[in-house]
Amino acid sequence: MQTLIFRTAAPYISSLMVLFSIFVTLRGHNEPGGGFIGGLIAASAAAVYGIAYGVPAVRKALYFHPMAIAGSGLMLSALSGVFSIFHGVPLMTGVWGSFGFLGATVDIATVVTFDLGVYLVVLGSFTSIALALEEREDG
Amino acid sequence: MAIEHSSVDLSDAMILEPTALADWIITAPVIIPLIAGALLLMIRHETRFHAGIAIGALLLALLGHIGLLARVLETGPLTMTMGRWLPPFGISFTADVLGASMGLAATLSALVCALYSLTDIGARGRRYGFYGFLMLMMAGVNGAFITGDIFNLYVWFEVFLISSFGLLVLGSERRQLDGATKYAILNLLGTTLFLTATALLYGALGTLNMADIARVMPEVQDSIPAGTLATLFFFAFAMKAAAFPVNFWLPASYHTPRIAAAALFGGVLTKIGVYALLRTFGMLMPDQLTLLSTLIAWVAAATMIIGVMGALAQTDLRRILGFVVISGVGTMMAGLALGSVEGFSGAIFYAFHSILVMTALYLLAGVMNGLAGTYSLRTLSGLYTSHPLVAAFAFLLFLAVSGLPPASGLWPKVMLIRASIDGGAPWLAFAILLSSLLTMLALGRVFLLAVWRPAVEPSTAMVVSPGIGYAALLVLAVPIVWMGVYPEPFANVATKAAAGLTDTSAYIRSVFPEVVQ
Repeated sequence: MQTLIFRTAAPYISSLMVLFSIFVTLRGHNEPGGGFIGGLIAASAAAVYGIAYGVPAVRKALYFHPMAIAGSGLMLSALSGVFSIFHGVPLMTGVWGSFGFLGATVDIATVVTFDLGVYLVVLGSFTSIALALEEREDG
Repeated sequence: MAIEHSSVDLSDAMILEPTALADWIITAPVIIPLIAGALLLMIRHETRFHAGIAIGALLLALLGHIGLLARVLETGPLTMTMGRWLPPFGISFTADVLGASMGLAATLSALVCALYSLTDIGARGRRYGFYGFLMLMMAGVNGAFITGDIFNLYVWFEVFLISSFGLLVLGSERRQLDGATKYAILNLLGTTLFLTATALLYGALGTLNMADIARVMPEVQDSIPAGTLATLFFFAFAMKAAAFPVNFWLPASYHTPRIAAAALFGGVLTKIGVYALLRTFGMLMPDQLTLLSTLIAWVAAATMIIGVMGALAQTDLRRILGFVVISGVGTMMAGLALGSVEGFSGAIFYAFHSILVMTALYLLAGVMNGLAGTYSLRTLSGLYTSHPLVAAFAFLLFLAVSGLPPASGLWPKVMLIRASIDGGAPWLAFAILLSSLLTMLALGRVFLLAVWRPAVEPSTAMVVSPGIGYAALLVLAVPIVWMGVYPEPFANVATKAAAGLTDTSAYIRSVFPEVVQ
């Protein structure tokens, strides 16, 4: 789209959306949010950027192929589910651990990595669909 | 664990005894293809690794299935409930003999298709993601066979359905998109019905866990619209299984994908519909099965006969096979309609046979096309003189699918016919015999024209070396002949699977160990 206002605003909107999507994803364990909706917001960010600057710019900004992003997300989720094999509990059980970071204790769980995997799957697949549709329109 | 972080004591809602490492075998058939599928998506452009990863993963999944089947045959159904939440709130995987054995047959068929795809799927198909879709589809198929929760069954249906769309349109030819549209719309209609029925079931019973449904159904079925529910489920699964009169999507789409994909579809996908019918009616709603048995019997007979009539009318080899698949679905539904252990075991045995034989028949069609450059019976000819091995495989498989010795189709049909006569439905036995006769005619025509007839015109097509095709067919021919000449082990497994459907106590105890029955 060739309007100056949109082209100027698009990078800011996109980066805010990506930031917001990460916030929504991390918030999602006990409150509204989560990997799916976060991934959708991130994919919308890619779409906004794509509408302003075209598909090649989005592909360059993503660096990895969208389907590869989706694949790595699926891998991350699947491995998070299987991780509980080492703890004598059934598949998909959340396993928690914590580590010290700058004097604070940070809890981390396979629940979070699973959700991040979902985030990547949704981001990758929806961006892939959006880019394919956008490209078809150009050509 | 989340328990410490929460102010509520959740330990009453959780399974507290540790899970044995050996129990993880139940997840292997689902998790291995899923991880392999994810890996293949990540390295989509490194096509030279694809086939190796896919075949390796399917081999591992096959070993997992063998281990799982051995385990459930020895110690009864095995359950693992996700995330430690107590069933029915946690989602259970429950493998019994039926699920494990059908999953084994399906995975073997997928492995052979992956082997055959070495000649069928070129670099372009790999870049398009053939093996990735194949892996995700098999994760869905195995999940459907192993899950013990009816909503989860719906989810796995969606997983393999969406992956099968990908396999169907591989190459994006016009013909394929046409077939895929019909396939997609009608299958989505079927899944929507399935979802509606599941929602109704949940509204009526408040549970979706199959063991729980089996437990409470006899007590409450008079106060809920059980007949409506059963009819909805029947319609949804009959659509998946391609039973008459909702079978039209199958011949409209199964001749369009690459042959390695078509073989897997023809072999496996309709049988999941049959499996779901056996599971819901045989185990969850036996009284509703009695209610609908006349309808199911008529549908079965019509599917058998009309399916094979379609096969007689076609000239494209793949379309003929599509109709033969439908006819086989009718035969299995006849076993379901009888509602007896004998009927179920005949249907299950027939499902093993049908998964392997239909896969082999599609692959055979692929080999024939590779040699003669056509699927059309108008020009396909002269294979007996040019390639006697193809003729031998064709002869064996045609015997198998018609139910003649020494191949696999004979014994399940004998079991079904005996069950029909014992169950007071001799006309159903007659329908099975008639459909076998017509199948023999339909495939005899193929054999006559494609194999025996002298070559009508010199072939100008590039001949694809049939070596890998022969290897794939050989792998399938071994169990097919084995089922024909020494059927006892298969019949025993089928009988045990059927007994597990009618006597649900072991299944329920596996999910709810505290229940004493």
